[in-house]
Amino acid sequence: MKPFNRNIASATLITAVLLPFILLLMWSFSARWFYPQLWPTQWGLRAWQYVFGTAGIQIISGLMQSMLTALVTAVISVVIGVPAGRALGLYNFRGKDLISVMLMLPVIVPPLCVAMGLHLWFIKLSLAETFIGVVLVHLTFCLPYSVFVMWGVFSNYNPDYENQARSLGANSWKIITRVMLPLTLPGIMVAGLFSFLLSWSQYLSTLIIGGGRVITLPILLFALMGSGDRPVAAAVSIVFVAPAFLALLLSARYLGGKSIAGVR
Amino acid sequence: MGELLLKNLTIRFGSTPVVRDFNLAVLDGEMVSLLGPSGAGKTTVLKAVAGLIQPHEGEIIIDGQPVEALPPEKRNAVMVFQKSLLFPFMNVAQNIEFGLRMQGRQGREIRNKIEEIMQLTELTGLGQRKVHELSGGQQQRVSLARALVLKPAILLLDEPLSNLDANLRQQMRELIQDIQAETRITTLFVTHDQAEALMISHRVGLLLDGRLRQVGKPRELFYRPTDPEVARFFGGCNFIQGRIKDGSYHSEFATVPTPQTNGNGHLLTATIRPEDILISPDPKYDLSGQVQKTNFEGSATRIWVQCKGSRFVILTSGADFSPGQNVCLHLPPEKIRIFPSEE
Repeated sequence: MKPFNRNIASATLITAVLLPFILLLMWSFSARWFYPQLWPTQWGLRAWQYVFGTAGIQIISGLMQSMLTALVTAVISVVIGVPAGRALGLYNFRGKDLISVMLMLPVIVPPLCVAMGLHLWFIKLSLAETFIGVVLVHLTFCLPYSVFVMWGVFSNYNPDYENQARSLGANSWKIITRVMLPLTLPGIMVAGLFSFLLSWSQYLSTLIIGGGRVITLPILLFALMGSGDRPVAAAVSIVFVAPAFLALLLSARYLGGKSIAGVR
Repeated sequence: MGELLLKNLTIRFGSTPVVRDFNLAVLDGEMVSLLGPSGAGKTTVLKAVAGLIQPHEGEIIIDGQPVEALPPEKRNAVMVFQKSLLFPFMNVAQNIEFGLRMQGRQGREIRNKIEEIMQLTELTGLGQRKVHELSGGQQQRVSLARALVLKPAILLLDEPLSNLDANLRQQMRELIQDIQAETRITTLFVTHDQAEALMISHRVGLLLDGRLRQVGKPRELFYRPTDPEVARFFGGCNFIQGRIKDGSYHSEFATVPTPQTNGNGHLLTATIRPEDILISPDPKYDLSGQVQKTNFEGSATRIWVQCKGSRFVILTSGADFSPGQNVCLHLPPEKIRIFPSEE
């Protein structure tokens, strides 16, 4: 591509991605901005003062709750996803097709149904309105993704690397930590990131299972949005997007086709 | 020290036996090749010795110790795979020291060993390189160095040269030969390339359909095959039939004096290598035939000759022959190898 064309292409891409954020930023710094105007008529820090001042404690605790939930969900999702993906990718066994359909189910069935259905059970098991319950319901949506990602990684995985390591004197534990995990690390990062982001953006399932007791950032966000205060909602949205965006940036080098392709 | 003894090894995949009644003794400091077409079970034997496959029957004895119960990491036998399988997240030196680290060794001690082995495998100065920056030959040398540095009792090489191009393969063969001669490490080498096996090893074992057909010095296998299939594997394509009578093997093509008496009176097969048959356009020999086809192969020409209803293949460096030409042949009796009776 010519440099000129390339510049246009990247400019378009950046604008398309950043435009919503620019609008959000403008909203969060506006004090008066009504319909026909293209530009806020009055700027101000009221929304940010509200976010960091009046509602600061609430938002920080929501942020912590979200972070904790997403991290725990992502870790569990990877811990289950790696062995499951390994089994599906490397071995043939009866019922493999059935398992793949079962794994797809939570993705196909609307989240509302899943959450409503699980809610009844969670009440019986006294998991409703608990942190563990929320993590479990998030896992139903995250696990299919991490298992599928790891399945792909392991179906391109050459188990002879492990045989070689074993022959060179590595025991089972060292094969896992020194050979298998480093070889599949890019895939693990992708699976973890998917799970983290999915859990981070859960609203409906958190609301139903958490029942207002587990207040993650999206729960808080919807409450604030409901009040109709747009600048505040915009500011909270930015607070909500920032950590997810950060996670994406930090793991950028693991993303892309190469990481999912695994090691041949 | 490194002595390997395989006794009555049988390995099955499912119900099909891949290796049957396999017996082999590899002496200390010896380099033995397992030769055979792909699918003959060569790699399976190697993996069984390494401990990566459990044999169904038989014994594997390393230095007098039965090792079937030991896991691969506890056996003093290291396998080098066909693919170099270098760990991509480590550099060259880290790859080589992997085995030593697994033994919990560190510091100056292993640094000296790595330096030494890198010199031996001609990798000096490449220690900090990333694995993907190496050429195919270098990768294979790292893979070899990674095994050698452990100084195992038995080194198992699974076609380590088959992914290299012809020139590089020749260099690597010589390198492996030199290293083996220098370290005197007991080596079991698997290959499907007969030239490679004959060139590189002290002894060769030919494996066909999971059975070890013949073990011996390269020359023995080449010139004195024990059965027609072994002969065929080494490019033997001329087989004649005859009977032993009064201390001689009588065939319509040649009479060979032989001390062999077994199968007296039975029809026995014999073979002669294509390069051992004498061919001449002049009628100086007693067998006459007609050239059917010729094939120029560089240093020699392959000629198919029809003679008394049999077809002979002859390799000669001699003058041009053309299809349809009448020629005469001689099968020198001392070059004819008579197979023992199959009954």
